[in-house]
Amino acid sequence: MSKPRLDDATGVETVGHEWDGIEELNNPLPRWWLWSFYACIVFAIGYCVAYPAIPLLNTSTKGMLGWSSRGDLAKEMTAEGLRTASLRAELDKASIEQIAADPRLRRAAIDGGHAAFKVNCVQCHGNGAAGSAGYPNLNDDDWLWGGDVATIHQTLVDGVRQPGDDATRMSQMPAFGRDGILTAAQVQDVVSHVRVIAGEEKPSASAQRGAAIFEANCAVCHGAGGEGSRAVGAPKLADAIWLYGGDRKTLTQTITNARYGVMPAWGSRLDPVTVKMLATYVHSLGGGEEAPAPVPDIAAAAK
Amino acid sequence: MHAHDPKLSADHSNEIGLYAKRKSVFPKAIDGPFRRFKWLVMAVCLAVYWGTPWIRWDRGPYAPDQAVLIDMGNRRFFMFDIEIWPHEFYFVAGLLIMAGVGLFLLTSAVGRAWCGYACPQTVWTDLFQHVDRFVDGDRNAQMRLQKAPWGPAKIARRALKWSIYLLISFGTGGAWIFYFADAPTLQHEFWTGTAAPVAYATTFVLTMTTFVLGGFMREQVCIYMCPWPRIQTAMLDEKSLIVTYKDWRGEPRGSVKAALKAATPLGDCIDCMQCVAVCPTGIDIREGPQIGCITCALCIDACDKAMADVGRPRGLIDYCTLENAEREKRGQPVTPVLRSIFHPRTLVYLGVWSAIGLALLFALGQRARLDLSVAKDRNPEYVTLSDGAVRNAYTLKLRNMEERPRTYRIALQGLEAGAIFTDEMDAATAARVLTVDVAPDTTRQLRVYALAPRGSKPADFAFVLAATDKEGGSDLAATTFTTAQGNGQ
Repeated sequence: MSKPRLDDATGVETVGHEWDGIEELNNPLPRWWLWSFYACIVFAIGYCVAYPAIPLLNTSTKGMLGWSSRGDLAKEMTAEGLRTASLRAELDKASIEQIAADPRLRRAAIDGGHAAFKVNCVQCHGNGAAGSAGYPNLNDDDWLWGGDVATIHQTLVDGVRQPGDDATRMSQMPAFGRDGILTAAQVQDVVSHVRVIAGEEKPSASAQRGAAIFEANCAVCHGAGGEGSRAVGAPKLADAIWLYGGDRKTLTQTITNARYGVMPAWGSRLDPVTVKMLATYVHSLGGGEEAPAPVPDIAAAAK
Repeated sequence: MHAHDPKLSADHSNEIGLYAKRKSVFPKAIDGPFRRFKWLVMAVCLAVYWGTPWIRWDRGPYAPDQAVLIDMGNRRFFMFDIEIWPHEFYFVAGLLIMAGVGLFLLTSAVGRAWCGYACPQTVWTDLFQHVDRFVDGDRNAQMRLQKAPWGPAKIARRALKWSIYLLISFGTGGAWIFYFADAPTLQHEFWTGTAAPVAYATTFVLTMTTFVLGGFMREQVCIYMCPWPRIQTAMLDEKSLIVTYKDWRGEPRGSVKAALKAATPLGDCIDCMQCVAVCPTGIDIREGPQIGCITCALCIDACDKAMADVGRPRGLIDYCTLENAEREKRGQPVTPVLRSIFHPRTLVYLGVWSAIGLALLFALGQRARLDLSVAKDRNPEYVTLSDGAVRNAYTLKLRNMEERPRTYRIALQGLEAGAIFTDEMDAATAARVLTVDVAPDTTRQLRVYALAPRGSKPADFAFVLAATDKEGGSDLAATTFTTAQGNGQ
């Protein structure tokens, strides 16, 4: 510590600190700096009056301009809503088939569906729509209820096993083991048979026994060859895709206790445009099917 | 170099202020070979700056017909027959490196020639100083007016002068924007008030910088703001051409009259101060080389004229290397200018500069005008289909950098049992080779699925893109095929 003294070279007083012979000049703050500082103070006072600034117990002062970040967001959302309003109106008016046929609308619907999917669907179907055990993979070409865009749309609108929705998708499989319809040994035979027709196992005596049981109990829904039925939502068994898993243990569980997957009826949760966009998006993921040829109206033809 | 400022060697007394008020510079008009050369360089620089955006260049129906265009919106850079895409920006980087090395080369060969002749600050300052002389008259009239109290005449002259400054500045700032859009269209939009706000903002900012830097700050930019003089002083060596006052010939200085009366013979310098009067940065070259000297050589013109008037040989102030200055002082023969220009250092710079230039030219000739990049879907990595086949999805980006539509073939290399199809095709029509059209000067994004039969092993493979027309060209993008058994390795 040295005493404040006048510095010879500059004629300015030192502050009186000294470290290893290095001292500091006690120059006054530059004018421009001071003025900027005062200007900042004036600005800060004005800011506190104009904008929310002072925290109170539960809230804060509101400021005279009435600005809030929530308000900003609301404005942006409104502006975005207005921006997309005409497109949404078009999507609203067009049928799901018309959207599929119009490249511009289809593109818009896929983009919008992609965003809506990330909010509403990824929880079960996964981020890439690849599903998981019990939740169908939407990228593949296997559909429980049908893979054309109108059918996907309908599945979305009414959901699966949605209580109170008359048109909801409802598949019923008996709990063959638990309800005593088949014995444990018979269940194992059916498992063998199902794995044989799916190409997972070589034919065996157990599978042959299972074939007869399958014919009597399962074929009515799953088809004689295990080709499934989209009318009742019975999965195709003679393929490489498993909803719950194709190993013996999982299949035994499935046949013993049956499976009852559910999906909300999105028609009552989301607006119609979003549901259409979701259907278009899911249809675009790689497994979408062409609409089936229209069935001739037999009743009208008979007249 | 000798210490020319005695104050610098004085003790730490209070007489050195850290702040120096600007002394206005009123350079006198001068004519001479260097002045004429300066006129020429100025004319060329201004013509290039103002004229370039208006040169038209026919590139066919799919590209702009402006010879030099930096198209920010579409992210393209056009320069005559060369079109640069964003991913080819290294060409621009190469040009900038060449410009940098070019400055080194120029400095080591002819000293601060850039500062003296071609730097925009010099060119525009020079232009504004001509405006000063046009409105206020030459040096002495300007000095008188500066001292004169504010009255109607002074106000009128200042208003006129600053209006001309502003007009030139507006022309300068306004011309800049034409490099970034179709010049005739933008000009029309600009005057009808329909141009983009950024065009007006840019024009305003550059108008103001030109007005302030060229009209008022002038030599202070060179002396205080610009880093380049500092760098150049470090790059100059004893073989660099600098403007030199030959003190061994000029000193002791004195007027012709004084020389007649003097007991000992005086030097050639008649102390007429013309070298100081014409200097655009207001320095006295007779104090020796200094950072304020931009080597514009106007003092050479002024001194040569004075020497001619008194019948003494020219070149008392002249371009001279330090090496030659020493030789001349000792009465030894000097190296010719051309010899000193081509010394090893300039040759090395020239070599580096040309090597970069040739490499760029070579790369330009070799660069592909088509490009393929592939991004594999990672979620899901693969999809198993009903028949057990495995499907992977890829996003392909096909770049067509030609100014015409082209048809490409996309083929599989590897993945022997595989086939590909796009999201607009039916999986049943999957094939080893696809044909796609890409519009001119665009990137087409394509979703492509690769399909491999049940039991396929993961594999590495590549997409090969090839143009079908006779100019040809191809590109390859390696990727991988994933199955339940993992990734290809």
